[in-house]
Amino acid sequence: MEKFTTLTAVAAPLMRVNIDTDVIIPSKEMKGVTKTGLSVGMFANWRYSDPVARVENPDFVLNKEPTRHAKILLAGANFGCGSSREHAVWAMAEYGFRAVIAPSFGAIYYGNCVVNGILPVVLPDTAVEALAKWTEADPAKNLITIDLPQQTVSGPPATLHRFEIGTADKEMLIEGLDPIGLTLKREPQIAAFEAKDRERRPWVYL
Amino acid sequence: MGRTLIDKLWDEHAVADLGDGATLLYIDRIFLHERTGSVSLKELKAAGRPVRHKEQVFATMDHIVDTFPGRTDNTKMPSGKDFITTTRAAALEAGINLFDMHDPRQGIVHVTSAEQGITLPGFTQVCPDSHTCTLGALGALAWGIGSTEGEHALATKTLAVKKPKNMRVTFTGTLGTGVTSKDMILHLIGKYTASGGSGYAIEFTGPAVAALPQENRFTICNMAVEFGAFSGVIPPDETTFAWIKGRPYAPKGADWDKAVTYWRTLKSDPDAVFDKEIVVDCADIVPTVTWGTSPGHTAPITGVVPDPASMMDSSVRTSWQKAQEYMDVKPGLALEGLPITSAFIGSCTNSRLEDLRAVAALVKGKHVAPGVNAIVVPGATSVKKAAEAEGIDKVLIEAGFQWRESGCSMCFFAGGEAFGERERVISSTNRNFENRQGPKTRTHLASPTTVAASALAGKIADVRKLGQA
Ligand code: SF4
Repeated sequence: MEKFTTLTAVAAPLMRVNIDTDVIIPSKEMKGVTKTGLSVGMFANWRYSDPVARVENPDFVLNKEPTRHAKILLAGANFGCGSSREHAVWAMAEYGFRAVIAPSFGAIYYGNCVVNGILPVVLPDTAVEALAKWTEADPAKNLITIDLPQQTVSGPPATLHRFEIGTADKEMLIEGLDPIGLTLKREPQIAAFEAKDRERRPWVYL
Repeated sequence: MGRTLIDKLWDEHAVADLGDGATLLYIDRIFLHERTGSVSLKELKAAGRPVRHKEQVFATMDHIVDTFPGRTDNTKMPSGKDFITTTRAAALEAGINLFDMHDPRQGIVHVTSAEQGITLPGFTQVCPDSHTCTLGALGALAWGIGSTEGEHALATKTLAVKKPKNMRVTFTGTLGTGVTSKDMILHLIGKYTASGGSGYAIEFTGPAVAALPQENRFTICNMAVEFGAFSGVIPPDETTFAWIKGRPYAPKGADWDKAVTYWRTLKSDPDAVFDKEIVVDCADIVPTVTWGTSPGHTAPITGVVPDPASMMDSSVRTSWQKAQEYMDVKPGLALEGLPITSAFIGSCTNSRLEDLRAVAALVKGKHVAPGVNAIVVPGATSVKKAAEAEGIDKVLIEAGFQWRESGCSMCFFAGGEAFGERERVISSTNRNFENRQGPKTRTHLASPTTVAASALAGKIADVRKLGQA
């Protein structure tokens, strides 16, 4: 997994609430049993005026310069709600996004981001709105900086927003760790739990 | 201080405290489906890691398979066959339990897992599918995960999870005629928005919940995720135990007695404190339908489409405007009487025997309005067989409904079968997102009986008026 420490990049504002994972990657765009080749279908129904022929909708923020190359997405509350499809995150990672800043996230989407090296940043509504307005004014110059070790986001001069993130999630992102490998080190603990549990709840163990 | 039911489920599965509010939780059951599960199995194999306790892992075919009679691997969805055959091969190779297309145990994962007695009170269960929370209605802690977390659960039988806050939603009073558990949850989400439960695990309780038959309780927990919640649970009671008894995977003999004794302890202590409490009086609930593209965009059947101008928050206002454009509705428009071209009864929200019985009782001897495409899809093959044994299929077919094989069907559009462009559909499902049921399809969520009444009328109807002149 790609590590995340600090990032200064162009940000694309998509300021609507409840942007669900069906919007991020429509079911129709999940064509195979694979994690790759998904970025072209990302936001397909908003990004293309004709999703089948891939005719770009010029008004969509990711079809404009320089936000086409954004690595940070700014969004309204409850971003990534809905379906658990990790494809939403795989598509965004493949496209080049490294962070999403929103007032809140769908819980499953949030977890999917962390295990794929995308940093989900929770900031208050007003802060996200302010960042969006500022970057919109001059997207090429008004870059946003995220510092994960310090847990801060900065944009407009003299503003610094602190954000919260779980210690485990933070560590995983900074170190680019493999969570399964980490847990497998706890094998004796898992086995001990099972041995005790088998007595207590034998019907669990088919 | 007392503990909540969720605290108890949490503590009893704690393998290790990971600090900072996170716990390594033991996972009792893992369920996969052909849409997202095969990726987990494939990646796990590529990493050279075996499945731990494969006998506790299940897979079914529900999302991609067609629901037409006589279905085969060749689905209408482009490359659908690939999902089906890859999942089958991966499941067989990993040695997990597979409920294949023609298996009598096949069904929508969250329906069949309960039908078969695989999910039990006090269990933890995960599936790479957001509506896994449905199973909370059995008193289990069940939630949806992504495919990478799915791999983690398969390899380790555990997941590292940050503990959500506790919320209690108490439904008081009694439900009026024609009002269902679907209306209860739609009303709640409408009032507190689609992110109202964000950051919480929710206990749904109160006399109105306890009075519900077990099957109608699933509908409430099913939509906990549409409320933004981590999951939802309902304390299991004698209704629950009676419903589980005798199901294929349910404990038997001495194990059954021991299990029930334990299950009776699965409730919040009287002095447990919740981080947030909501009380809903069922006297305030009438049949509820959605007008927009979020499950929180609801209105009572007697109501009208609201005005975005009334919203202070600009991103909410924009979302309402876009939703109304998409749905082709205007502020002030009455929902009752809005013409529909299709009606869909199915999905993990509302496709159980109780739902089908209620629909059959309502439409018996009547007929779907001309030009309306009305479809009923049972949630599991076992539900389909039970309904057929009662003659429900005949009643529905005579009334002009299509009667399908079990599966997710047109709950979601993946490029295969779909409702038409810009078609207006009333649906017993859980998501009215853009393009969810077809390209540009306009979905109105409602209870199965409201859907049935609307199918008969050819327009969105107040089920309470059915039979009146
Ligand atoms: S019925 Fe619909 S919501 Fe339920 S699991 Fe299937 S696709 Fe998802």
